[in-house]
Amino acid sequence: MNLPEPSAGLPILSILIFAPLVAAAVALLLPAGRAVRWWALLATSAIGLFSLSLLFGFDASTAEFQYVEQRAWIPLLGMEYALGIDGISLLLVLLTTLITPFCVLASWTAVTLRTREFMVCMLIMQTAMTGVFTALDFVLFFIFWESMLIPMSILIGVWGGSGRVYAAIKFFIYTMAGSVLLIVAIIALRLETGTFSIPALMDQPYDLGFQLWIFGAFFISFAIKVPMFPFHTWLPHAHVQAPTAGSVLLASILLKMGTYGFLRFCLPITPLATLELAPFVLWLSIIAIIYGGLAALAQSDLKKIVAYSSVGHMGFATLGIFSLVQNGTVGGALVMINHGVTTGALFIAVGILYERLHTRDLSKSAGVGKHMPVFAFFLGMFCLSSLAFPGTNSFIGEFLVLGGAFEVSLALAVAAVPGVVIAAAYNLRILQRVAYGGTNNPDHSAVADIGLREICLLTPFLVFILWIGLQPAPFIGIMEASIENILEIISRAQP
Amino acid sequence: METISDPRLLIAVLAPLLGAGLIMLAGKRPNLREGVSFATALVLFGTVVSLIPGVLGGNTYTWTLFELLPGLSFTLRADALSMVFAVTASFLWIVAVFYSAGYMRGLGEHAQTRFGTCFALALFGAVGCAFSDNLLTLYLFYEIVSITTYPLVAHHQDREGYAGGRKYLAYLTATAKGLVLPAMVLLYVLNGNLDFAHNATDGVLAEGAHRGIVTGLYIAFLIGFAKNGLMPLHQWLPGAMVAPTPVSALLHAVAVVKVGVFATVRVMLYVFGTEAMAEFNLGLPTAWFVSITIIVASIIALGKDDLKARLAFSTVSQLAYIILGVALLTPYGIAGGIIHIANHAFAKITLFFCAGAIYVAAHQKKISRMGGLGRVMPWTFGAFAVASLSMIGVPGVAGFISKWHLLLGSWDAGSVGLILVLLTSTLLNAAYFGPVVYHAFFGKAEVVDDAAEPPAREASALMVVPLVLTAAISVLIGIFPGFFMQFVQLVLP
Repeated sequence: MNLPEPSAGLPILSILIFAPLVAAAVALLLPAGRAVRWWALLATSAIGLFSLSLLFGFDASTAEFQYVEQRAWIPLLGMEYALGIDGISLLLVLLTTLITPFCVLASWTAVTLRTREFMVCMLIMQTAMTGVFTALDFVLFFIFWESMLIPMSILIGVWGGSGRVYAAIKFFIYTMAGSVLLIVAIIALRLETGTFSIPALMDQPYDLGFQLWIFGAFFISFAIKVPMFPFHTWLPHAHVQAPTAGSVLLASILLKMGTYGFLRFCLPITPLATLELAPFVLWLSIIAIIYGGLAALAQSDLKKIVAYSSVGHMGFATLGIFSLVQNGTVGGALVMINHGVTTGALFIAVGILYERLHTRDLSKSAGVGKHMPVFAFFLGMFCLSSLAFPGTNSFIGEFLVLGGAFEVSLALAVAAVPGVVIAAAYNLRILQRVAYGGTNNPDHSAVADIGLREICLLTPFLVFILWIGLQPAPFIGIMEASIENILEIISRAQP
Repeated sequence: METISDPRLLIAVLAPLLGAGLIMLAGKRPNLREGVSFATALVLFGTVVSLIPGVLGGNTYTWTLFELLPGLSFTLRADALSMVFAVTASFLWIVAVFYSAGYMRGLGEHAQTRFGTCFALALFGAVGCAFSDNLLTLYLFYEIVSITTYPLVAHHQDREGYAGGRKYLAYLTATAKGLVLPAMVLLYVLNGNLDFAHNATDGVLAEGAHRGIVTGLYIAFLIGFAKNGLMPLHQWLPGAMVAPTPVSALLHAVAVVKVGVFATVRVMLYVFGTEAMAEFNLGLPTAWFVSITIIVASIIALGKDDLKARLAFSTVSQLAYIILGVALLTPYGIAGGIIHIANHAFAKITLFFCAGAIYVAAHQKKISRMGGLGRVMPWTFGAFAVASLSMIGVPGVAGFISKWHLLLGSWDAGSVGLILVLLTSTLLNAAYFGPVVYHAFFGKAEVVDDAAEPPAREASALMVVPLVLTAAISVLIGIFPGFFMQFVQLVLP
């Protein structure tokens, strides 16, 4: 695949990447507290609105990269500053730019310590995340990938809960280990082909042995990020200890980088190895779905339940992606977006509860819904979405993924079904406990229901849950051509 | 025969949904709240009735709510089968509104607004199921019914209520998610859509479908729609009897359980179709399988002294009649099965209404302690007697029409064994209902130990009028079965 000619006009992608960095620099000059909060909200909202302009010029009928920017960078080493998006990255870029303002809003009263540094970290994260989804040069990609590590570790390590330092270090080491393999694979590809250009690396006739090595390195690196069983153990710690905004960024965006990596690199660069190893990945996904669900069911800490549910949901994403059939892979990609919306919303909801009760223990929040009916309504809708209630976003994603699994093999699909049932169990458990509790609930009569800021914070998530749930076609339409293209590369590679 | 797009279907589904919202808003003013409930029920029933002439004229009405993806949509349909269930449920809701007001106020129950709201939402789900045009829509509304009725089952918020509610949700969502959902996905993969067929014969399965897959799908649907109360997954229903009696009456005798049976019948006839059912030999094995439920549930009912528990097991047994009838695949059998959706509804809601009236007026749940109560509550026990006769299948009352068709259907299917099952079950019905009525009218009155307890008398008119009305209708449709039968005729292959 060749990179199309750079587009004329505004370098929108560069603006989206570097605007947060500029905003971070400005934030450093502002006094901590109110001013910096408002500035961060203003900047991220403006960037979010600006990012919507991507939709207007985007041609969903082609798998070609669009909004391409290409400049010489370090010619001696063959590195280029190359950016561009296809349907898959477009949705992930929008998810990133649109969710960051809500992370700021979710930290409004929750973060009081060093607000300036907090917002700066968030803004740097946004630069790195947008960069990852838009980079078309492997070295550039790697730089953005790595530059996320430090601000995220700081977010967890400084503003996290009581076990924050352990969680931050564990997160750092795990991700770092993955990165080492990633850079090795990048260098190996460069030695083989002489280029770092991602589109040029796709659809090349590498021999199977080489592909297996590259796939292996990619796979471990991305599987840590997703995280897939058995590389998931950093996740519960990081999620539970991180501040709400950190958990949201982790769940909604960072985990998607793993599945994005599968779709962008594993499938089109190493199609033969993908075909060879897909059954193995599919069964790992099944394990993740069941294991994540059972672990979520066993927790009493709300954040841990949501964290483990992520393992299960992302299992559905990888199950769909590696089914390598149209329905399944589209479904897997949609699950990525859905998980970003739903789990982000659930973490924010848990954060709201924590601010009031100073506990995340499910039994201590029993019956709080009686005094927080509006909150209970939102939480209920988010839980229904998480259990894939028909009419919500997750339903259509899981439906397509299960359909893809059936196309691969009956046994595979049937094996995934218990995961669906368990998801219903732990979500309904949250809902039941929070709305009703038991016969002797703690006294919550002094707890106030959510206010206008929090309603504004939660409503957009609900809108997207129902929008994708009832009208998924436009969302799928954006990605369809790109995914078709990837699957074509794979079928062409088939001997 | 025409298919017409008609927004009245949208009104029928939106009415209870909007009604639920208004009931919540009117919460602080009980009379207004009950007024809203009544108005909503009336609008719903009126809309459903307005569809009758067209449907009887052979038309099918449809309305697409949301087109998700090609082959996947939320679409409503009103055909003859829908109407049997929709007319029954929407009419009985009107009656139940009055009864609920009498019951809940008579006992000074808490959270009456939540109760009214969830009640309307449950009807929203039930009407949606009746008017589903495809499996996806049916599944959506089926799940809505499960979720919205939990607060009604757990209404008392005591240990018993929560235990009943937990069992309820566990059984109903696990089966829906674990069996119906994968079966639905597999069907979508095979067919590329989830539409129902346009008649009860053809089904939607492709020619030469694999026997193992068809049988697997069929079993998944039959067991997966666990609201149909088939053994061994029936236990949620007796557990749900902790709910206030109006819930047991309208939801666990009419709306919820009939959603289960209706979904099962819809799938048997409009996904598989009588031809494929016969080809893959699914009919008679199903009939024998549900016969176990018919007999065993009746035997269990015999041993229950708690009136509501006895009624619950009677429901389990009677629901299986409906599936048995359809599984016979003969015109008489299918007719008997479908018409029993209505016939059982009118009789069973009467019985539960009576149980509630007895509890409100005499604070009595145990059958053994209802001796002589019939003499002080003649209207209530009179209605109870009439409804019992319908359950037993005595000529002149609605249940006879069902049973007669079922017997003819079994004869046509050439199964003497199933005729014996039906006759045995009739004897068992008589054995567990007869003594209740006899004991109440001719038994020795209980000695009241507590002098402060006022002597029992009839419950308020808000409760007695509805139960007499539904009993009277049981007689009416027993003598003139034509109204529901004309819909059934249109369904028959």
